[in-house]
Amino acid sequence: MSDVVEKTLSALPSLLSLDSQAGAGKLSPSSKLGNLIKGITELTSKHEEETLIKKELESIKEQVASPNTTMRQMKEIMVRAIYCEMLGYQASFSYIHAIKLAQQGSVLEKRVGYLAVSLFLNETDEFLLLLVNTVLKDLQSTNLIEVCMALTVVSQMFPKDMIPAILPVVEEKLTHPKEIIRRKAVLALYKFYLIAPNQVQHIHSKFRKALCDKDPGVMTASLHIYLQLIKENPESYKDLTGSMVTILRQVVGGKLPLDFNYHSVPAPWLQIQLLRILAYLGKEDQGTSEMMYDVLEESLRRAEMNHNITYAILFECVKTIYTVHPKSQLLEKAAECIGNFVLSPKINLKYLGLKALTYVVQQDANLALPHQMTIIECLDHSDVIIKRETLELLFRITNAQNVTVIVEKMLEFLRLTYNVWFIQTMNSVFSLGGDVMQPDIPNNFLRLLAEGVDNVEDRQLRLFAVDSYVSLLQGETAKLPQRFLQVISWVLGEYSYLREEESDPGSVMRLLARLLDQRHTSTETRSWVLGAMTKLCSSPVYTAIYWQNLHCYSTERHWLYKTKCLSSLFKLYLTTLIFEVDLIISCLSWLWCCFIPQVDSSLSFLDGYVSDALAAGAAPYKSPHQRQEDLVQEKALSLEPYGLSLPVSLSSCSITDRRSPTLLSMSSGLSGNSTELSHQEGSTTLKLEGVKRVWGKDGYLAQQQSAGETPTPLVELPSPLLSPQSPPSQKPSSGLEPDQEKRQLASSLFVGLGSHNSVCLVRLPSTVWLFIKNCQSANQSNVVKSLFKPFYINSCQSALHNLLDSTTVASEGGAATTTTPQQTSQRTLDHTTSNGNPHVEGTEQRVEAGGPLSLIRGNGMVAVVPPRDLPLTSHLPAELSGLARSEFTPLCSDQDSSLALSACRVYKEDALVLLVFISNNNDSALHQMVLQLTCKELEVYIFQTGLNNKVPLFFSEIPVGRSRNQDRNTRVSSNRDLEKPRIFCESFRNFCSPPLTVSTGDYGKMWLSFSHDLKQNLRLVTTEHQEPLTATLDALKGKLHLHVVDIIGSEGIVACRLLQGPGQGQPCLLHCRVHADSLAVWLRSPVPELPDSLLYHCQKALTET
Amino acid sequence: MWTLERNEDTEQQIIRETFHLVSKRDENVCNFLEGGMLIGGSENRLIYRHYATLYFVFCVDSSESELGILDLIQVFVETLDKCFENVCELDLIFHVDKVHNILAEMVMGGMVLETNMNEIIIQVDAQNKMEKSEAGIAGAPARAVSAVKNMNLPEMPRNINIGDISIKVPNLPSFK
Repeated sequence: MSDVVEKTLSALPSLLSLDSQAGAGKLSPSSKLGNLIKGITELTSKHEEETLIKKELESIKEQVASPNTTMRQMKEIMVRAIYCEMLGYQASFSYIHAIKLAQQGSVLEKRVGYLAVSLFLNETDEFLLLLVNTVLKDLQSTNLIEVCMALTVVSQMFPKDMIPAILPVVEEKLTHPKEIIRRKAVLALYKFYLIAPNQVQHIHSKFRKALCDKDPGVMTASLHIYLQLIKENPESYKDLTGSMVTILRQVVGGKLPLDFNYHSVPAPWLQIQLLRILAYLGKEDQGTSEMMYDVLEESLRRAEMNHNITYAILFECVKTIYTVHPKSQLLEKAAECIGNFVLSPKINLKYLGLKALTYVVQQDANLALPHQMTIIECLDHSDVIIKRETLELLFRITNAQNVTVIVEKMLEFLRLTYNVWFIQTMNSVFSLGGDVMQPDIPNNFLRLLAEGVDNVEDRQLRLFAVDSYVSLLQGETAKLPQRFLQVISWVLGEYSYLREEESDPGSVMRLLARLLDQRHTSTETRSWVLGAMTKLCSSPVYTAIYWQNLHCYSTERHWLYKTKCLSSLFKLYLTTLIFEVDLIISCLSWLWCCFIPQVDSSLSFLDGYVSDALAAGAAPYKSPHQRQEDLVQEKALSLEPYGLSLPVSLSSCSITDRRSPTLLSMSSGLSGNSTELSHQEGSTTLKLEGVKRVWGKDGYLAQQQSAGETPTPLVELPSPLLSPQSPPSQKPSSGLEPDQEKRQLASSLFVGLGSHNSVCLVRLPSTVWLFIKNCQSANQSNVVKSLFKPFYINSCQSALHNLLDSTTVASEGGAATTTTPQQTSQRTLDHTTSNGNPHVEGTEQRVEAGGPLSLIRGNGMVAVVPPRDLPLTSHLPAELSGLARSEFTPLCSDQDSSLALSACRVYKEDALVLLVFISNNNDSALHQMVLQLTCKELEVYIFQTGLNNKVPLFFSEIPVGRSRNQDRNTRVSSNRDLEKPRIFCESFRNFCSPPLTVSTGDYGKMWLSFSHDLKQNLRLVTTEHQEPLTATLDALKGKLHLHVVDIIGSEGIVACRLLQGPGQGQPCLLHCRVHADSLAVWLRSPVPELPDSLLYHCQKALTET
Repeated sequence: MWTLERNEDTEQQIIRETFHLVSKRDENVCNFLEGGMLIGGSENRLIYRHYATLYFVFCVDSSESELGILDLIQVFVETLDKCFENVCELDLIFHVDKVHNILAEMVMGGMVLETNMNEIIIQVDAQNKMEKSEAGIAGAPARAVSAVKNMNLPEMPRNINIGDISIKVPNLPSFK
C-alpha cells in the first residue's frame, strides 16, 4: 500500500514548498503532519514505512502521555494517529485519548475526537462506554453543531446496552425546531431500531409523525425506517399505502421545492425509496396494488430517458411493477423499459437491464426472448460482472431442454475465472452427484480441462486438478463415485507429468495401483485406471509398478478387463520394445498362461444378452471367418506362441486390419449363419454367438446396438491409450498424420458426440485419432465407414442419420437391380442397406465386391473418386436445367466402369429432385436393360433421353406419372409388377428446399428455445467486391440453400431446416460473427445432431469455394 | 464506523481487496461489483466511480439503488469540489476531517441523509464558521485564515459505506 500512497504523494514536496510561499490554505510544511506525510513520500520500501511509522507511533505515545500536551496539540496528534491506523498500524494507546479529546475539547477539537473515535473503535468496544456521558452532554447542549455531532456519532456507533440512557433525549429531538436536528434524530432512532428493535417499540407513533413532518427532508429520513419496517412486516403498514402513493404523486408531480431537484428530476432518491416501499406493500396484494397503478404509470411516463438518475427511477419502477399484483398494461410498458436498459450502449444500464431481466423472467421467461441476442453477446462480454449477471439470468431460465447448454456455459465461466474454486466445486459436484449425474457433466469437465492452448493458466488449472486428485486418492477412496474415479484416472493419466518435478514419480502410479486393488472399484473404472497407468508408464520407474499390476490383474475374470490388459500390453509392447523385451516376453507368456484357461469359451455370460438381442430383432451371429482373419493379424504381431485364442481381444486392437477376399465373400450375405461354418474352425474356435454384433473387422461395433445392454465402455478404452498425450514413439509405422479431410470429417462428426453419447468421456480428438490409426491399412472408404457407421447407425432414431445427404441407391430386398443381358455374366449393382438396421457388414461387403464401386455415404465425403468427369449436364431435362443444382456425384459403377450411376440434386421451389443418371461408358451399346427401382419414400417418375449409350434417368418426389422410355438403343422396362417403382433414398437429405424463411424477431425467439448448440470457427471466403461476411454467407446460401435472415455489421444470422426424415422440418439456426480472419459460427437446433452435421456441410462448402 | 466487529487486519484486507478489485477494472466496464464474503456476502455490492487518480468506492447492501448511489458519488464529488474550490487529491489528504464532515452530512450511520448539494454546503459552512470563530479566539488574528487550515486535521479520505450494515470501507488511501 505504501507504494500507492507514495505514487500519489510523489508530487508533494514541490507542492508543499509552493504552499509555504502562497500560504493559502495548504498545510504548513513545518507541521508535524506535514513532516509525516513528507516522510512517507520519501520512502522506498514497505520496510522503511514500517520503521518510520513505528518511530512516529513512539513519538505520539510519548506526547499523549505528557501532561503538558494541550487539547490543540492533542488534536494534531490524533490526526497523526489516524494516519498510522489508516496505514494498518495499531495505535490502540491513543483510543482513550481520542475519547478524552471528545469529552474535553472545544467544538473543533471535539469533532476530531469524535472522528477519531468513530474510526478507531467498533460497536462492541468497551471504550465506547466512556463516550456515553459525553454524548449525553452534547445532546443537551445548546450548540446545534454539538448536537449534530453527537447525533452523528450515535448513528455511527453506540453501545447497544446504553441506548436507554440517551433515548429520551434523542426522542426529544424529534420535535426540535431545527429541521436538520429532527432529521438526524430520526436516523439515530433508526439506528437504534436496527441494533435494538425492542428499545424503540414505543415510539412508532413518533415515526409516523416524522413521516408527516412539514419538512420533506425529515420525511425522507423517516422513509428509511419505514422501508425497513415494511420490509419486515408489510401487513402492519398497509394503511400507509395511501400516504406513500400521495407522497410519490406529489414528488413526481413536481410539488416539492426546486431545491430538491437533481438534474431537473424531482427528488430522485426519494422516489426510489418510495417505489421500493410500494413494492413491499403491494406484493401479493391486489387491493393495495390497485391503489398504486396510477402513480406507477405516472412515474414511468414522467421519467424521460435523459440522465442516469431517471434510469435509476425507471429501474425501480419496473421492479415494483413486476413485484406488485400484475396489471397487464403496466407490465407491457415495464417490459418495454427493460428493453431500453438492455439495448443501451452504456454498460451500467446494460447491467441493470440484465438484472431487471433476471428479476422478471421469474414471472415470465418469455420476456428474455426479445433480448436473446444481447444476452448472447453479454455472455462473451469482457466484463466479468456482466458475464456473471448473464449467467444468473440464464440460470433463471434454465429448463429441461437447455440445461446442458447453460451448465456448459457456466462451467466455461467458472473455468475462466476461478480456477481453484472451479476444481473444488467440481470435486464436490462429482463426489455428491456421483453416478447419478448426467454423463455430460464429466464429459464437459474433461473437455474444459483438456481444451485450450497450453498456456500457463491452463497448466495451473490442470496441475491443481492433479494435485487435488492426488490428495483425494491419498485419503479414503471407498466413498468416491465410480464416475469421479474415472475422471480422476483420466486426469492423472493425462496431466500427472505436470507435477513430476516436485514429487516422487512413482507416487501417482502407486495411488492408481491402490485403486485397482480396491474391491469397490468397478471393472469399468479399473479399465480407466489401467488406461491412466498405461499413459504413465512411459518412464521405466512407472513401468515396474505397472508390470506388477498387470501380473495381478490380468487374472481378472471379466473379459472386458482382460481386453483392456491386453491392449495395454500391446501398447507397451510397442513402446518399450527396445529396452524391455525380456520382461515383456516373460510377462506376456505369464499373462497368456493365466489367461487361456480362464476363457469362458462358451461365453455363457453373454447368453442373456444374446437372447435379448435376438428377441429384439437383431440378426443372429455368423461369419467365423472373421476370426480366422484375426488370427492372421496376430501373426503380424509375432504372437504366435500364444496366438491360438483370444481373437476377440485382439480384434479390439485391430492394428493391422486387412481384408482377405474370402472374408469379403463370406461375410457379405445377410443370410449367413454361424453353424454352417463353425465346423471349419476346429475345436479351438470360440463360439461367439451374438458377438458379431459387437465386433467388426474394423474394430468395435457395439455402438450400433442399444448402448444399455452391451458393455459399451470398450470403445472408449483404447482411446486414451493412443491419444496424443501418450509417448509419440508408439507405432511409428501407423500414419500419424491423417490427412486434413479426414480430420475435418472426423471433427465434424464427433464434435457434438459428447452431448448425447456417454461413450465419449475421453477427449474427442483422441477418439478420432484412434480410429484413423487403426484403420490405416484399410482403404479410405473403410476408414470413413468405420468412423461413422457405428455412430450414425447408433443414432438412427435421430435426424442426424437423415441429415447427411449421402445418397444410397437402394432397395428393400435387393431391388434396384439393373441387369444388362448383353454382358456375358449378369452384373449387379446391388446396394443393400438394411434400412436402418445397423447391419454394417452387409453393406460394406457389397461395396467391396464391387471393387472401386461404392456407396456414397455421408454426402460423398467418402473418398470415392469419380471414375471420370461426366459430361452429364447436357442431359438435364429442359424443365430442370435452369434450376440450382448440386454437382454430379458418381454413385457407383461396376467393375470395368462400363456402367455407372451418378446423381445430382436439383432444387425446385416445391421439391427436391434427385436425378440419377445411368450411363454406359462402353463402346458397345446396351440393348436391353431392366431397371427396377424401389423406393419407400420417394415417388418416382422416369425420363429417358437415351442418347447413344447414356441413359439418363431421374426421379423426384412428384407422383408417379409419366414414363418415357424406349429409344432405339435401350429399352428400359420399369418392372412395375413387382412393386410400385420407387427409389429408396434412405438418407438423402438436404437442408434447404424451400429455405426456412424467418424474420429476425422469430429467429430471436427460436434461438432461445433451442437447446443444442455448437460453436466453431470457419474460414472466411474473400472476394474482391464483397465483404467477407457477405461473401461467405452467399457461398453458403448458394451451396446449401440456407436462408440468410439478416446481416448486421460483422454479424449475420442464417436459418435452414431439415428437408425430410424423422426430423423433418426441424430448423437449425446459425449465428455468424466475423472474428479476425475467421468466421465464428454458433449453431443451434432442437435436434442434437443437426448442428454438427450442418457445420460439416458448411466447412465442406467453404473448403470447396 | 465499523459497525460489525472487525479487527484491524480484516479492515486492511478489505481495503486491499477492494483496491485490487476496482483498480483492475477497465474504463469500459460497469461500475458495479458484486461483493465477496469480505464485504458481507453477495447481497452487498461495491459501487465505484473513477475520477482521475481517485476511486470513490461505496459499499452498499441490496436496499440501495445502484444508479442512485452512482449519482450520490457524483453529488459527493461535486460538493467536495465546491467546498475546496477545485478539489484535488491533496485537499482530500490534508483535510480529511472536512471530507468526513461533508460525508457525514450526506450519509449518516449508513443512511442517505441529504442529497442536495446546497443543503450540504450550508451545513458544512455553518461548522466552518464556528471553526473560524474558535480559531479567531485561539490564534493570532493575522494568522487566522491559514491557521484554520493548518489546524484542520489532514487525513486521507476514507470511503464510505451506505447501507444498512454500515460497513465503512476506508479504501481511498490505497487507491492513491
